[in-house]
Amino acid sequence: MTLNRRVSVRSGLRYKGRLGMANWLLHRITGLGILLFVGIHVVMGFLGQRYADNTAFTVNAIYQSWAFQLFVYFSVLFHATNGARLAVMDLFPGLIRFERELIWLQWLIFIPTYGLPSFIMIQNTLTGA
Amino acid sequence: MRSSPSVRPKGLFEYGMWLFTRLSGLTLLLFGAVSLGAAFVLGGRTELDMPAMFRWIFFPNPNHVINSNIPDVEQGWSNTFWQIYSMAMIFLAAGHAFNGLRMVLEDYITRPLLVKLVRTALVVLWLGGLVVAVFVILAS
Repeated sequence: MTLNRRVSVRSGLRYKGRLGMANWLLHRITGLGILLFVGIHVVMGFLGQRYADNTAFTVNAIYQSWAFQLFVYFSVLFHATNGARLAVMDLFPGLIRFERELIWLQWLIFIPTYGLPSFIMIQNTLTGA
Repeated sequence: MRSSPSVRPKGLFEYGMWLFTRLSGLTLLLFGAVSLGAAFVLGGRTELDMPAMFRWIFFPNPNHVINSNIPDVEQGWSNTFWQIYSMAMIFLAAGHAFNGLRMVLEDYITRPLLVKLVRTALVVLWLGGLVVAVFVILAS
């Protein structure tokens, strides 16, 4: 079977991964994102506290802004919920049968836990609270 | 559906890191929940915004949350219990993170010499990060 490259854009972009592939990809991206965020934060913390470096304060201000926090919170919470599901499934392989249901449970936890604080943060920003 | 019946990798080192990643991940969730709960109990319940919560969850250390409005931040936190707690957390998190980075990189790097170089660089970064973290924890 050879890979057919003469396909339309629409069919090229269509999701062909099986159950969990999008989660696998997001888990990698969010994990790398957290490592990058923490790494830069440590270096900038050092520069800021040791040398009162202006770049460090600028980066810190970006990190603490509400828009960036929405991004960080998504990464951390997704990595946490998806990672917990993976760990539970791997340590208790009998549960792999219920992968679809566990992914539902994962999003059932994620959506309110992400949605409510995000709603409050955006509301506070818009109303200037 | 599943191409291989077992998801566990072969080899003692890979199996050990596979298991460590799962166990440390679950443990870190517990650590994060305890840090946040303790921050609420020790006077931060109405003083924490999202960045301050992350500061407590990831690294519960008085030096780290200097920007938050928590009153008397030194009193409840500058003691041996939280120093040991932070160190345990940092050791688990650094191992989890750098092993994850190693796994992602080794999915794309195949040349043996380059793999060796990447592994050496990651070990240096990992140990360097641990030394810095221990210094920060003990100094505060």
